[in-house]
Amino acid sequence: MAMLKVEVDGQGLEVPHGSTVMEAANRLGIFVPHFCYHKKLSIAANCRMCLVQVEKAPKPMPACATPVTDGMKVWTHSEAAKKAQSGVMEFLLINHPLDCPICDQGGECQLQDLAVGYGGSASRYTEAKRVVFHKNIGPLVSAEEMSRCIHCTRCVRFGQEVAGVMELGMIGRGEHSEIVSFVGKTVDSELSGNMIDICPVGALTSKPFRYSARTWELNRRKTVSPHDSLGANLIAQTKQDRVLRVVPLENEAVNECWISDRDRFSYEALNSAERLTTPMIKEDGRWREADWQSALALVAKRLGEVKAARGASAIGTLVSASATLEEMHLAQKLTRAIGSENVDFRLRQSDFSADGKRAGAPWLGMPVADIASLDRVLVVGSFLRKDHPVLASRFRIAGKRIQQLNIIHSSDDELLMAVANKAIVPPNELPEVLGQVVKAVAEKKEQPVPSAVAALEVRDDTRKIAASLCSGKAVGLFLGNFAEQHPRAAELHSLMQMLSELVGARFGVLGQSANSVGGHIANCVPGAGGLNASAMISSPRSAYVLFGMEPELDCADSAQATKAMRGAEFVVAISTYAGNATEYADVLLPLAPYTETSGTYVNCEGRVQAFNAVVRAAGQSRPGWKILRVLGNLLELPGFDQESSEAVRAELGAQSGWTARLDNRVNGVAVSLGAGNSHALQRVADVPIYFSDPIVRRAESLQMTRDARPPQARMRASVAQKLGVSAGDRVRVKQAGEVALDVIIDDRLPEGVVRIAAAHPTTAALGAMFGELSVERA
Amino acid sequence: MLSAESLKKIDREIAKYPADQKQSAVMAALVIAQDEKGWLAPETIDFVGGYLGMAPVAVYEVASFYNMYNLQPTGKFKLTICTCLPCGLQGSLAAADHLKSRLGIDFNETTPDGKFTLKEGECMGACAMAPVVLVNNKRMCDSMSNSKLDALVDELGKGA
Repeated sequence: MAMLKVEVDGQGLEVPHGSTVMEAANRLGIFVPHFCYHKKLSIAANCRMCLVQVEKAPKPMPACATPVTDGMKVWTHSEAAKKAQSGVMEFLLINHPLDCPICDQGGECQLQDLAVGYGGSASRYTEAKRVVFHKNIGPLVSAEEMSRCIHCTRCVRFGQEVAGVMELGMIGRGEHSEIVSFVGKTVDSELSGNMIDICPVGALTSKPFRYSARTWELNRRKTVSPHDSLGANLIAQTKQDRVLRVVPLENEAVNECWISDRDRFSYEALNSAERLTTPMIKEDGRWREADWQSALALVAKRLGEVKAARGASAIGTLVSASATLEEMHLAQKLTRAIGSENVDFRLRQSDFSADGKRAGAPWLGMPVADIASLDRVLVVGSFLRKDHPVLASRFRIAGKRIQQLNIIHSSDDELLMAVANKAIVPPNELPEVLGQVVKAVAEKKEQPVPSAVAALEVRDDTRKIAASLCSGKAVGLFLGNFAEQHPRAAELHSLMQMLSELVGARFGVLGQSANSVGGHIANCVPGAGGLNASAMISSPRSAYVLFGMEPELDCADSAQATKAMRGAEFVVAISTYAGNATEYADVLLPLAPYTETSGTYVNCEGRVQAFNAVVRAAGQSRPGWKILRVLGNLLELPGFDQESSEAVRAELGAQSGWTARLDNRVNGVAVSLGAGNSHALQRVADVPIYFSDPIVRRAESLQMTRDARPPQARMRASVAQKLGVSAGDRVRVKQAGEVALDVIIDDRLPEGVVRIAAAHPTTAALGAMFGELSVERA
Repeated sequence: MLSAESLKKIDREIAKYPADQKQSAVMAALVIAQDEKGWLAPETIDFVGGYLGMAPVAVYEVASFYNMYNLQPTGKFKLTICTCLPCGLQGSLAAADHLKSRLGIDFNETTPDGKFTLKEGECMGACAMAPVVLVNNKRMCDSMSNSKLDALVDELGKGA
């Protein structure tokens, strides 16, 4: 397309058709003052701050909304432009309160900055200023001083365009305009915190951070989110060795300029009173504080005793999937040096039959940024919005253009994006439904139908999905967390591979945690003869090393995990929080969380992101790699003399070698479809967004949100009718154990299932995340 | 929430726009809802949002932008008098005062018997016939002298 010539402040450049004056000026590095313009949001042109002078235009024009025409001449700082800009500034300040000294935005406020540059030194306005009432819009975003609002509507557009749900709106007209949520509702989006960042004034501020520090007192340190597989880049703002706030670090390839509320507000748990800050030893059933030396010596002694008495394979190591690469490497090295192959980080996985058949480490299968260019997508088994909040926004935005999103899942959750086709079935039918898509695609493409799926009957909804996939040029197939946790995960994976070959699509897994890819690179998985995460629980070990995880909440089968821990002779919990480990552990070692250690995460696209500690470790907490290294020394094992986390990482070889190991292919997984239909009720278990790992579980403000409500028994109206229960009834749910829950009617679920969240203390007794259960009135 | 008859009317409005742009019918839908209910309660706004596939707050934005939508219950007759500049120059402020003293209420108030609500309106495009009074958004009365105002109030009061 023809380029347009434009001259801004005397400098010429060429821009593509459709560019705005604002974009042209930005390309030249010329700053045009603005409030409502945001490069990731639609153009509103309602603040009028970016007025510039354009040749032959009788009036100043808003730079953000004026398209460049060929030969256009623009002056952004001419007398006329400056006069227009300072005029707008005077109007904006008419109703703005002069409370900068007590405003949280003070020091990082666009209005404050621009008022210095473009405002007068005194106001000519002497009449009364308008007052806008404060609002309560939930525990995360504070709207206490809405008189500060300048009505740029960035928060409204963010909701509509990025978060996918319009929770704030601007009501009224003219001087009576104000930003409100609908009649007292709270803002519940899992991305709501971004409204705080994009608010150019102090109208929307962070509620947990409110009044705790001035922005210029804070140190800013880069770090990486430990909560989901995206590895959002963060800036932790710290004061006196406490993280007081977390904001996004812009990285176009990863998180753009957004982060989820989980990434943003989980820091509260880092300063929580529940932090384990000294090593603890249990003696005769009572806990006492200990020094590192004696605690570690005890661990080495007891592990040695177990090894001597029952062999090294009686020892198992369970590692959190959000542990750093260095920690994972040392955890597996330590376990193997002791002589055990029992080490795993895939805690919520239940099907390990693909082990030994994988060509490499499972990953997203493409760079994150490529999601936007896909025109057809199939996501199988994912609570997409809650498991991958920021990644989901990429699908949402791509869906507004040409992308068709197809979903196969066991719950038709509101994704707040356009879904072209979907097949919602009970968990035990997922492989068959995916198999039907494979068959339908093979038929459509006139390829031989793979024998595994030949006998299946193709339903209408799966045929539509197949048609959608066949019509694409750039197709992406993704397995979600639910699919990875599925008891037939290997079959799902294998079917996805067949499908990708038939369609000519790229396929991958979305990834369950911050270091799900890193765990494979660090080889933190059992080798030949070793037990995986599930086997270590189902055939209990005599001794466990728990690293950064809580077995009763982080494992695929919480009931069995709890039992295994209680039955073990010796358990050492290397953990940031004591939690329930006080019941079954013998030694507790305080672990420094991600903000207090250096380390590396490999995100879903295989991006290696190293970070440093942002604050000093709390109390006597120590970085995980140091704990494991010293433990190795005390056990007198070779190869534990690293001086730094970099030295630990160096043992894993060159990073180029890691990327070469990313490969989703599996070979020789038996797929047998068409298994008998079960008529028993099936459990559908999600991992709620604010219970997903030990840190978020203790983040106070996140725990006050709607997403953190305790689990209920959700079911279709027809299922409830069959059971003779109705909404609000208390029911007894029996799986491995029994719990009492309230019934919620949710017609987004398929027939024959009850959805009960996992990873929560109230449902831990139930056991496995998948399986049959029974429900009766309590 | 709304009667079958109202929903039929709303469907007719929706049919005027492309299928994926149902929200274009929001103003008409709110008028129909208000005609049935008398005013737009939050539940009504919520319902209209759900019916048109819009966020409730987006419907609320529309409902709060225009004067003729009632966000509070009104009396049986809502009298809206234009007080914009041309009407003002033609004596609408005096007419408004006359109405206020006759009804014993101020703007945005309702008589104790629930019959009349008085509202201040924006230009109704009938400046040549000022002062202008609008009854229940539907009936426009022009050139309202004090005697015509009294007659209007008498007539409405009798009918109620």
